[in-house]
Amino acid sequence: MGDKRPRSFYILAAFFSAYVLFLYGPMIAIYILSFQGPDGGLTFPMNGVSLTWFGKVFSGGGIVDIGAAFKRSLALGLVVMVITVVLSVAAGMAFRKPFRGASMLFYTAIASLIMPSIITSLGIALEFRLVDDFINKHAADYGLGWLAEGHTTAMGLFTSGLGAHLTWTLPFGLLIMFAIFNRFDGRLEEAARDLGATPWQTFRHVVLPIILPSVVGIGLFGFTLSWDELARSSQAIGSVNTLPLELQGLTTTVTKPDIYALGTLTSAVSFVVIFAALSVILVLQARQRRQGSDAGKGMV
Amino acid sequence: MAVTIDNSPDTIAPAESTLRKLTMRSIAWLQAGPMMLVFALFFLLPLVLVVVVSAWDYNEYEMIPAFSFRGYTDTFEGCVANLPELCTILKTYLKTLKLCLLTWSLTLLIGFWVAYFLAFHVRSKTWQIVLSLLCTIPFWTSNVIRMIAWIPLLGRNGLVNQGLVGAGFINKPVEWLLFSEFSVVLALVHLFTFFMVVPIFNSMIRIDKRLIEAAYDAGASGWQTLVNIVIPLSKPGIVIGSIFVITIVMGDFVTIGVMGGQQIASAGKIIEARLSALQFPAAAANAVILLGITIIIISALTRIVDVRKEL
Repeated sequence: MGDKRPRSFYILAAFFSAYVLFLYGPMIAIYILSFQGPDGGLTFPMNGVSLTWFGKVFSGGGIVDIGAAFKRSLALGLVVMVITVVLSVAAGMAFRKPFRGASMLFYTAIASLIMPSIITSLGIALEFRLVDDFINKHAADYGLGWLAEGHTTAMGLFTSGLGAHLTWTLPFGLLIMFAIFNRFDGRLEEAARDLGATPWQTFRHVVLPIILPSVVGIGLFGFTLSWDELARSSQAIGSVNTLPLELQGLTTTVTKPDIYALGTLTSAVSFVVIFAALSVILVLQARQRRQGSDAGKGMV
Repeated sequence: MAVTIDNSPDTIAPAESTLRKLTMRSIAWLQAGPMMLVFALFFLLPLVLVVVVSAWDYNEYEMIPAFSFRGYTDTFEGCVANLPELCTILKTYLKTLKLCLLTWSLTLLIGFWVAYFLAFHVRSKTWQIVLSLLCTIPFWTSNVIRMIAWIPLLGRNGLVNQGLVGAGFINKPVEWLLFSEFSVVLALVHLFTFFMVVPIFNSMIRIDKRLIEAAYDAGASGWQTLVNIVIPLSKPGIVIGSIFVITIVMGDFVTIGVMGGQQIASAGKIIEARLSALQFPAAAANAVILLGITIIIISALTRIVDVRKEL
């Protein structure tokens, strides 16, 4: 194939640009509109520029306690991120050896990924409801009366909510691990073993530094997917709401641009996390290139 | 599937080797165990409970652990009696399938060409990564916000209406742009084309470029190369992407709720409605029906191509 771009390149490049515009255009519109003047409405034109609506969000301004939801989502996102990273890396390592149940775990993860969210959410809600019913009716029979005392529900942010989020983030983590180890040179581990490294040393000093950029990627998926998760949490979060749930609730009632301001703030958190993760990945990769191999550099 | 088998030469004595294998196996179990536990507790057990509870009885305020098909019979109420008129559940499923089909064909069309451009026309690795990231970043941001984002564009006084009125195409703003099936499909395509792009790109990037050159040298036109080489070899990606999009849309209730102004019924929304009425067995029965239909669609799709080989 020659160096001159064929005509199809320009057509497809235009198509791709249109797609990117389609992806980002609407989002940019609400970022701009969140700076709407005090008398401005939900649509263009801008009626002056102000921070009024951000102020409304921070002061509560009549709408639900956003600050609390913000903190809850942040805390849950961080916990989900840590658990996703640890469990995915561990399971990814397990898949490098044959073990009974390997394919079962794999198919379960895939099923969890493509299961319609409402079904997972309903199932978790049912599970916790049955547990609650059981505690309320029978805990006393087993001398666990203290458990039933004042018991309302076992459902909550860090029980059912956390579980619901993990069913969504863990499959991504596992698939990323598969992608990593597909390209991983197993001889490096053998070399480490031959040099007398213990399994832990092999992991800590050989495997981990190589896979670290992708592990950061798993963390990125873990946090952002949890931070934005809605469908699976919807029935399984208990009495308090996460930020996306509050936002969804607001769509039917709010008629002022404060919902855009909240949207801008939420996206800002996402973008900060994405930017931080990508920077870390770039730095790690650059370091690997610098220190990774001394092949072809003569004697060092 | 990335299961690698350690086949380092067995120079160790048999007994010792068996011991080593046992240790390795238990280490693998320890490593995979926590993830298995999470899936068992928050995915498999809940699924089993959905199936079990779907066959329970219920009244206005609680479920009764006694065998009953009430959840199912209530769901299909009027389906036989009112024939040939379609009952609510069938109408709802037909509507969901229609939305699903529309979204699927649009995401496939857009996703295919986006992936094609990225895989075959972007030549430098760096640009490939940058442009792929550009497509991925919205996926890491909130879906609800990406739905809300259509309001200033499609609303009654939105940009589109302003533009159309301004250009003289219409006299007064059109209403069907927002809170309609149109806006639902638009938002679904907007949100989920990504799930089509990634697997198709993944399949395309693995196509040996020499095959395409060979076709070119043998005198095939661009179109012939596309139909006879690129599309068949991208089929696994197309199928995986389709499974993603179809399962998401079949169970969706958030996008259809927000973008449909809570007015459009869907398979997912039935379950949500039953749940908010605390009719757990009825909700579970609907979930089982939805699950059944989804499984039928997926197995039909996997007939076309052996997906397992591709992961």
